[in-house]
Amino acid sequence: MNFTLKVWRQKNPNNAGRFRTYAATDISSDTSFLEMLDIVNEQLIERGDDPIAFDHDCREGICGTCGCVINGFAHGHQEGTTLCQLHMRSFDDGQVIWIEPWRARAFPLITDLMVDRSSFDTIIQAGGFISIRTGSPPDGNAIPIPKDESDAAFEAAACIGCGACVASCPNASAMLFVSAKITQLGLVPQGQPERWDRVKSMVAAMEEAGFGACTNHGECEAACPKEIPMDLIARLNRDLVCSMVKK
Amino acid sequence: MELDPKIPAGPIDQKWERYKFQLKLVNPANKRKFNILVVGSGLAGGSTAATLAELGYGVDCFCYQDSPRRAHSIAAQGGINASKNYQNDGDSDYRLFYDTIKGGDYRSREANVYRLAELSGNIIDQCVAQGVPFAREYGGLLANRSFGGAQVSRTFYARGQTGQQLLLGAYSALSRQIGLGNVKMHTRTEMLDLVVVDGRARGIVVRDMVTGEVRSWAGDAVILATGGYSNVFYLSTNAKGCNVTAAYRAHKRGAAFANPCYTQIHPTCIPVTGEHQSKLTLMSESLRNDGRIWVPRDADDERRPGAIPEEERDYYLERRYPAFGNLVPRDVASRAAKLVCDESRGVGDTGLGVYLDFKTAIGRLGEDAIREKYGNLFHMYEKITAENPYQSPMRIYPALHYTMGGLWVDYNLEATIGGLFVLGEANFSDHGANRLGASALMQGLADGYFIAPATVGDYLAREGANTITTESQGFKSTETEVNEKIKRLLNIKGERTPESFHRELGKIVWQHCGMGRNEAGLKQALEELPKLRDEFWKNLKVLPARNDQVNQTLEKAGRVADLLEFAEVMVADALNRTESCGGHFREESQTEEGEAMRDDENFAYVAAWEHAGVGEPPVLHKEQLAFEEVSLTQRSYK
Repeated sequence: MNFTLKVWRQKNPNNAGRFRTYAATDISSDTSFLEMLDIVNEQLIERGDDPIAFDHDCREGICGTCGCVINGFAHGHQEGTTLCQLHMRSFDDGQVIWIEPWRARAFPLITDLMVDRSSFDTIIQAGGFISIRTGSPPDGNAIPIPKDESDAAFEAAACIGCGACVASCPNASAMLFVSAKITQLGLVPQGQPERWDRVKSMVAAMEEAGFGACTNHGECEAACPKEIPMDLIARLNRDLVCSMVKK
Repeated sequence: MELDPKIPAGPIDQKWERYKFQLKLVNPANKRKFNILVVGSGLAGGSTAATLAELGYGVDCFCYQDSPRRAHSIAAQGGINASKNYQNDGDSDYRLFYDTIKGGDYRSREANVYRLAELSGNIIDQCVAQGVPFAREYGGLLANRSFGGAQVSRTFYARGQTGQQLLLGAYSALSRQIGLGNVKMHTRTEMLDLVVVDGRARGIVVRDMVTGEVRSWAGDAVILATGGYSNVFYLSTNAKGCNVTAAYRAHKRGAAFANPCYTQIHPTCIPVTGEHQSKLTLMSESLRNDGRIWVPRDADDERRPGAIPEEERDYYLERRYPAFGNLVPRDVASRAAKLVCDESRGVGDTGLGVYLDFKTAIGRLGEDAIREKYGNLFHMYEKITAENPYQSPMRIYPALHYTMGGLWVDYNLEATIGGLFVLGEANFSDHGANRLGASALMQGLADGYFIAPATVGDYLAREGANTITTESQGFKSTETEVNEKIKRLLNIKGERTPESFHRELGKIVWQHCGMGRNEAGLKQALEELPKLRDEFWKNLKVLPARNDQVNQTLEKAGRVADLLEFAEVMVADALNRTESCGGHFREESQTEEGEAMRDDENFAYVAAWEHAGVGEPPVLHKEQLAFEEVSLTQRSYK
């Protein structure tokens, strides 16, 4: 298969970026999107050009490192798929493919397709945990948790922190990301003691990092490679309101 | 070099408890005066950084990823073992210990393995308290499953994402300590060398992967939790960034490397489709519970699987191992697949694949039952291959998955360099020649949460603070060497990319030091590897040719340079060990039926290799293994 790539190239945050055009030729349909970029990069190096910088690691859809906006869709057009799991057979032969980095104020660009998502870490550091010391827990079966609640906590915990929700939101809001953690920890008994403080501090950290507010566009849910539903945001909002009354 | 494993005296079930009492403690008020460097933020690194900080030590933690949450522990699927005996099916610390020793083909240390089993239950408690959403039964208690052929149900799991959930648990504990200011986290930072002065680890030299800046960090102890070296084979189930640099640099500075030839090949991975392939994807082993593995009876049969009648199929595992059938251990299943492919009976375009067929199970249980059990795996398979496994059989082939070998450590997890501790997959100690399923997560967390925090404290109490600063000669000269190497890589200006060298390296080691190994092949590898290494240093091309910005080609080049040298140590070890054991199959050492044959008389030892210079054969040191609890038997799955 052959493709024309329009790739965002930007040396560093201070330089202006622009799209550059590359040809990806003779690509096997079994090639994954990132492998296609590997091939293009090999050719760039061989002919003396700087390769395209992009983040990636596990290449099996779980580490959350990769992610670009492909033809306007975060992680590409295929639902429930990270960029590394997207294969070239899902494109048309000869198609023009636009490749851009995540664009959000809270994710400053590093170079080319790489952005700095450490604001996500900062939000977790503000309260996305249960304060427990190593060595002090009770027996694992001391507190039974109803299966449906535990399963629901798992669904929320499936978030891989890739940032597609932010990249696809017109407000660059991180509400889906924050709500996933709030929901996971808010559903289990171990998370109750810090529940109200947690939601306040995580939301405060989110706002301070420069993420926008949620106005119910629903783009985040559509883009999420782990298909985390946006009703978790309702839960986050409810917990936030409750926290103002509770304490 | 002296190898003292420091195994404590006393009955096996009391060794760790007694030993912990003997360990020296650091006064709580003095703990904050110590600073510990932790390299790696996976299950072992993340958990130990968090725990040491909770205890009051200062911690600097380094990872090459953009966030500590992305370490490759996240990709583990199946589960984590613990001898809780919640199922009342006769499990105990002793049984888990015994199974692990036997599964490792009697090539691990009894005392270490017992301690691992003993701590396994605490890990589950710890993770539950962190909010890890393990699978539960309707009564609200934790669920278990049987895994990897174990006869008891001791595996705790979170669907097919157990590694992710456990890592996010450790990451949350680490994040809490970062937020409190007790851990300083350095992301996108790669360790490029270890600083050793007077036989003690004093710190590390790192490169900032955004700015290219090379700088030193001094610490009172250095902990490496940097994972395994499967990527020496180029194609493996490891993440693209996984590499051997930190461990290999420590090896070059004097740390012995133990049993590098013990590598695990997982039988159920999606086969290679072509040269473009950058990594391999694992399909959970649980698929073998219902899938039947077969190839055509006759060589070069190119018909579609559905067109091959039942009597012309060879269900070779069921034929060769009637008792265990498709559920034989990983190493046995992998070798059997290679054998049929060597006979030109492999399937798919490349001929390197076998069928994993669910037709019988779908006929027996119905498609819905299969979908409920394996839906996500079938979905993943279809996403990657564009084939529907409900209708036609999956194609699978073995792939490199885990490495049991690693830096040699004593009972304290301390390497042969004082003050250097090695945790998780990066050390060698607990899995012998073969790791059992669901044991990697257990070991990483036991090392990180419970063992290192105790033994590192003892080291600091005994040895005191490190007085060598980053301004000293030792640091400056190591830093200069690192800078020189980067300059050298950038200035070769040859024709070939680091990726192309890596791919060629992978082919050499996979062919000669992969599933089957023999003297002639290993010797040939030892001839080919130095040639490739020479070409690398003459014909490498790195762009951009500068070190003041993001440079992924340079990162890759540095890692490939170390993998090229390391491969020779691995092959030398495989050549030395003329017996077959666990994941190491020497074709010269097999029974009449073609099964692996150990040689306990001559090889019941840990092979710890000392670096003797690049291109020079490494020096072998032996740690004899003593078996007081278990008697050595030959494994049989007939």
